[in-house]
Amino acid sequence: MLSVSLCGNRLRNPLILASGVRGNSAELLIRAAREGAGAVTSKSCSLCPREGHSNPTMVADGGIFLNAIGLSNPGVEEEIGEIRRAVRKAGVPVIASIVGFSPEEFGRLAERMEEAKPHMIEADASCPNIEHGGKMFSQSVEDAVAVTKAVRAATSLPFSIKLSPDVPNIGQIAKACVEAGADCITAVNTMGGMLIDPYAKKAVLHNRFGGLSGHALKPIALKSVYSIRKAVGDGVPIIGTGGVACGLDAVEMIMAGATCVGVGTAVALRNGAFRQIAGEMREFMRKEGYRSVSELSLDEG
Amino acid sequence: MASHTVAKIRGIEAENELVKTLTLDISMPQAAPGQFVMCWLPQFSEEKPFSLSAKSPVRLTVAARGAFSKSLCGLARGQRIWIRGPYGRGFELKGRRILLVGGGYGFAPLRFLAEEAKKRGIAALAVCGARTKSLLLKPAPCETIFTTDDGSAGIAGNVLEGMRRALSRGKFDLVYACGPEKMMEAVAKLAQRHGMRTQLLTERYMKCGIGACGHCCMGEKLVCADGPMFYYEELKKNSEFGKVWRDKAGRKVPL
Ligand SMILES: Cc1cc2nc3c(=O)[nH]c(=O)nc-3n(C[C@H](O)[C@H](O)[C@H](O)COP(=O)(O)OP(=O)(O)OC[C@H]3O[C@@H](n4cnc5c(N)ncnc54)[C@H](O)[C@@H]3O)c2cc1C
Ligand SMILES: Cc1cc2nc3c(=O)[nH]c(=O)nc-3n(C[C@H](O)[C@H](O)[C@H](O)COP(=O)(O)O)c2cc1C
Repeated sequence: MLSVSLCGNRLRNPLILASGVRGNSAELLIRAAREGAGAVTSKSCSLCPREGHSNPTMVADGGIFLNAIGLSNPGVEEEIGEIRRAVRKAGVPVIASIVGFSPEEFGRLAERMEEAKPHMIEADASCPNIEHGGKMFSQSVEDAVAVTKAVRAATSLPFSIKLSPDVPNIGQIAKACVEAGADCITAVNTMGGMLIDPYAKKAVLHNRFGGLSGHALKPIALKSVYSIRKAVGDGVPIIGTGGVACGLDAVEMIMAGATCVGVGTAVALRNGAFRQIAGEMREFMRKEGYRSVSELSLDEG
Repeated sequence: MASHTVAKIRGIEAENELVKTLTLDISMPQAAPGQFVMCWLPQFSEEKPFSLSAKSPVRLTVAARGAFSKSLCGLARGQRIWIRGPYGRGFELKGRRILLVGGGYGFAPLRFLAEEAKKRGIAALAVCGARTKSLLLKPAPCETIFTTDDGSAGIAGNVLEGMRRALSRGKFDLVYACGPEKMMEAVAKLAQRHGMRTQLLTERYMKCGIGACGHCCMGEKLVCADGPMFYYEELKKNSEFGKVWRDKAGRKVPL
């Protein structure tokens, strides 16, 4: 009832472990698969190891997370080994996330990552372009297209480009990426935010700013996915991500236009999140008379 | 809603030349021994995990090792620190007669455990080890056997010597260990040979502290969310326990 296909891969359910949440080793990716994920995305890796920001790197406030981990990762060399083991043992499709700081870096990363034979690559374009004054790649059509072209030229693996919701024209950006060769769109990454401790008179995060995820991101993600679906048409898969914590959230994301559903924050907040969300989806679909995920769509009349 | 609780330092006690115990003006009545808090020093722009060494009032026992722990140990009475938690799975208090084995500052959370055992009428015997006399911690609120590697106080030898001494006095329902990982592994193996289970307290480089970022992974376990307390059996097949640690970037480093 829940199985879907994504870029030539069959997934037993549409729920995908989102990048950066409990996914920074082969063992953790294998565990997410065992705990019911339909596919798993690794933590974004860069060419060189990165320590990321100092703590506090995370603030939790009810169902909302604000994080500024700062893309810490052991670098692509070590990551290739992790992905290889995950591909061998996870039993579900493995999506390898890469993050570069120039289009060339994205290209080199995609090329290196091919060695590990992941089922798919995800290019995290929601990080600052240091060659262009620190704006995120996915915040302009031009930069997002440059990343897409670099990855496309480097690999024949299916790849998705992951977009930031912090733009007025996400549909237009997604469409340009698809035209430049992206096979899939992942939307969204976190939304920029800040929290302050009034007693300390300081921003709580060491980096001052962070990325908002969880519950509060859901309406933003739904709107983004909806806009992207309208812009790219029916054929292009979308991994809808942001604030999905229960089966109904996942159904809503698919109704907005998503093919698959990324789950991040909820994996930390809910024990056995994947099984629970999948169970709730099935229950909803049974009650409402749906037989397959492809039948879940918006009534726009 | 603030993410951290502001706590004032009410008292500072030097345990030895390296380790200080800070008493705060807050309580965590629901906290279990073995649980930890994230401690943020805004003026220092860092936040790190520390085990609770008491809950009402909260006490933290800190070894001055690197930059952060040294600044924490350098704070004065009346100064404030920012706390979030308690987090993680703490010790499970079971049985009627238990053995606590701690090395270095790892003995501190076991003192909290001894305190809870006393309240519940569980008989505890503690073994507290250090390299030398000047690095020993204060005793637990139960009979405490001290060991030093150089024989400058208590039994000469490591904590395993102290543990053997304790075992010569009979069996225990459960063993609780906290200290360097190789030490805990040795304690758990000895306990196993005597037919006893061990709960131990693990450490890894921690970032979020709440089971999201995955940085503190040890094999397929997350120290912050699945632990820091594990039964030794849960870790016997773990690919990284006793072997590998991950640094700030997540690179594997041999223990
Ligand atoms: C669950 C848990 C409970 C802990 N409880 C205590 C305690 O009760 N008392 C105590 O003194 N210390 C405790 N620690 C260790 C403490 O968090 C710091 O790591 C330690 O104080 C060293 O930090 P530093 O900046 O002073 O030194 P550094 O120079 O940064 O490091 C010294 C050593 O500590 C390790 N380390 C550094 N940062 C971290 C981190 N964020 N998490 C884990 N290890 C790190 C380094 O790899 C190095 O081996 C605990 C750690 C964890 C994970
Ligand atoms: C702690 C944390 C780390 C993250 N790291 C990454 C990352 O490295 N790469 C990436 O593309 N997205 C990263 N994200 C974003 C998530 O993949 C996801 O897009 C976002 O959290 C929204 O989904 P959610 O509300 O289900 O968490 C991270 C999110 C969190 C909470």
